[in-house]
Amino acid sequence: MSERQSIIKVENLKRTFVVGSEEVHALKGVSFDICQGEFVSIMGSSGSGKSTLLNILGCLDQPTSGEYYIDGISVRERSKNELSEIRNRKIGFVFQSYNLLPRTSALENVELPLVYNPDVSHRERHERAQHALELVGLKDRMEHMPNQLSGGQQQRVAIARALVNDPVIVLADEATGNLDTRTSYEIMSLFQNLHEQGKTIAFVTHESDIAVFTSRTIFLRDGHILRDEPVVTKSAAEALAALPKDNDY
Amino acid sequence: MDILNLIRISAKALLRNKTRTALSMLGIVIGIAAVIAVVNLGEGLKQSTANQLSDMGTNLIMVMRANQRRGGVSMGSSNVQSLKVRDCELIAKGAKNVTMVSPVVNSGGQLVNGSKNWSGTVYGGSPDYLEIRKYEIATGVNFTEEDVKKYAKVGLIGQTIVKELFDDGEDPIGKTIRVGNMPFKVIGTLKEKGQNGMGMDQDDLVVMPYSTVQKRMLGVDYIQQIVCSAASENVAEAAVEEVESILRVSHKIPEDGADDFEVRTQQEMLEMMSSMTGMITTVLVAIALISLLVGCIGIMNIMYVTVTERTKEIGLRMSIGAKNSAILMQFLTESIILSLIGGVIGLLLGLLLSYVVSLAMSMPYVVNVAWMFISFISCAILGLISGFFPALKASRTDPINALRYE
Repeated sequence: MSERQSIIKVENLKRTFVVGSEEVHALKGVSFDICQGEFVSIMGSSGSGKSTLLNILGCLDQPTSGEYYIDGISVRERSKNELSEIRNRKIGFVFQSYNLLPRTSALENVELPLVYNPDVSHRERHERAQHALELVGLKDRMEHMPNQLSGGQQQRVAIARALVNDPVIVLADEATGNLDTRTSYEIMSLFQNLHEQGKTIAFVTHESDIAVFTSRTIFLRDGHILRDEPVVTKSAAEALAALPKDNDY
Repeated sequence: MDILNLIRISAKALLRNKTRTALSMLGIVIGIAAVIAVVNLGEGLKQSTANQLSDMGTNLIMVMRANQRRGGVSMGSSNVQSLKVRDCELIAKGAKNVTMVSPVVNSGGQLVNGSKNWSGTVYGGSPDYLEIRKYEIATGVNFTEEDVKKYAKVGLIGQTIVKELFDDGEDPIGKTIRVGNMPFKVIGTLKEKGQNGMGMDQDDLVVMPYSTVQKRMLGVDYIQQIVCSAASENVAEAAVEEVESILRVSHKIPEDGADDFEVRTQQEMLEMMSSMTGMITTVLVAIALISLLVGCIGIMNIMYVTVTERTKEIGLRMSIGAKNSAILMQFLTESIILSLIGGVIGLLLGLLLSYVVSLAMSMPYVVNVAWMFISFISCAILGLISGFFPALKASRTDPINALRYE
C-alpha cells in the first residue's frame, strides 16, 4: 500500500474548542494517511471526535495545530475561498440526511457542485451529472423530485452528487444512518462497487456492522486513535442476499 | 459563477415557493403602481388644466377688483367698485401690446321662453368679448358697437341654453326670450365649449352688450372685470405692466399705495393651478413612496425568513464548494429579481390604472417616462438594499452548524 499515493495525510492533528471559559480538546493529536483507492471507516462513539475530524477532513473546519494535506496540498492557513475551492474540486460529501434540494430534480441536484465550478460548461455539467446518476443506478429517475424517491434512492442521488466533480476522496457521514438494514446494505454495496472502480472513500459511522464492509477501520476514542487496523471485508452484496426475504418489503 | 447561472439558481428558488414569492412581490407592485398612477394622473391633470386655460382665451389678461382695506377694514373684493368702462377705453388707447379689450359685467337671472325656463348667467361685454374668450358663433351674428351705445336688448346664447329653452330643431335666432323681466332678442348662438377646468359648464351663458347688463339689468356704472388679449405670448408681461400703469394713473393710486385691482395673465393662472395640482401630486407621491418602502420592508422580512428556512440548503451549498460571495450573490439576486419583477408588474398596473382613471375623468392620458425610469431604477436599488442584510446573514452562515440545522 505504501507505494500508492497518499490522498489524505494527517499529522498530529489537534482541535480545541473554547466553550465559555473552558477549553474542550476534541482532537488530541491524530495522525494517519489514507492512500488512493482505500475504503476507510472512521468509527467511534459520540464525543470521540469523529465529527470534528470529519469537518477538518472536509475542509469545513481548520485544525488548531497539526498538518493536514489533501492530494498533496496543505490545508493550513488557507482562506475561506480557497477552502471552498478545495471542497468543490477535491471532496465529495455524502450526508446522513441526504441534503437534497427540495423541488429540484435529481439531475439538477447532482449538477449542483459543478454549478460552482466556472471551468465546467453547461453542457459538460449536464453530461457528467447524467453519467454520475447512471453510475448509482438511477438512470431512469433523473427527472424525479426528491419527494418522489425513496430514502435509498435519495441517498443514491446524494452519492452521485458526491461523485460528479470527480473528487479525490468521498467523505460519507453516517450515510446509512437514516436507512433500514436492507437499504443500508444496498448503499454499502454501491460504495463497495465504487471502491472497486478505484474511488477513495472515508466512511464515518458508529455501527460496527457497517464498518465491516470497508477495508480498514480507524477507531477514535476521546480524541485519540485507539486502533487503526485492516478489516476482513465482508461483501455487502452477499450480506444483502443473506437477508431473510421479507414479504412486506 | 456567471451571472446567467446566478439568475437561474435564484429564479428556481423563487419558483419553488410561488405563493410566497407573489405575496412578497405584492408590496412592491402596489407601491410602484401607486407612484406611477399618481405621477401620470398628476401630469394629466396639469395638461388638462393647461388645455382648459388656453380654451379660456388667447393670451388672456384678466383685470379683477382687488380686496381693499379702508381704515383697516377689509372690504371684500366684491364690494370694490373701482373698475369702470373708462379704464377699458384707456387701456385700448394706451396699451400698445394689448390688441383687444372688453369690460365684463355679469348677472344671474331666470331665463324664460314661453313655458320653459332656466337659471343662467348673463355676461356683458364689448363686441370683442367673444374673441378674447375664444367663443365662436355657431349661427347668427355678434352684436355691434352700435348695440352697445343703444343698450340694445340683444344677446347670444350658449348651447346649454339653446337645449334648455328651445325645442329640438327650433331655430332660436330672432326669437325673443326674457331674462328676469327684460325681454331680449336672440341674435346668435355660440359653438359648444364644454366644461372648464373646475367642471363649470362653459356653454351655460348669455352674452350681451355690457351697457345693457349695466343699465337695464343691474343699474350700476362699474364693471366687475376687464379681459384683454395680449398681442402675443411673448409680450404678455409687457402688456400686464402697461395695463397696471394705466390703471394706477387712472385710479390715482399714490406711488406707495396698494393697487385696487389685480392683473393676472393666463400664464400666472396656469402656474397657480399647476402649483396646486403639483402640491397634491407631491403629497400623493409621498404617500405612494411610503407604501413602496413598506413593500421593501416586506421583501426584507421574507428574505430573512427565507435565509433562516434555507439554512440547511446554504450549508449544503457551502459544503460542496459555494463561496461566501456566491451565497451572498444568490440571495441578493433573488431579492433583486423579486423587486424588479414586482416593479415591472407595478409599472404596467400603474399605467393601466392611470389610463382607466384618466379615461373615466376625460382627462388627457400623459405618461411620465422619467418617472417610469426612476421607479424601475429605484426598484433595483430597493431590492439591493432590502436583500443585502439577509444575504449577508446567509453568507456568514457556518456550514458545520447549518448542515446540522433542523
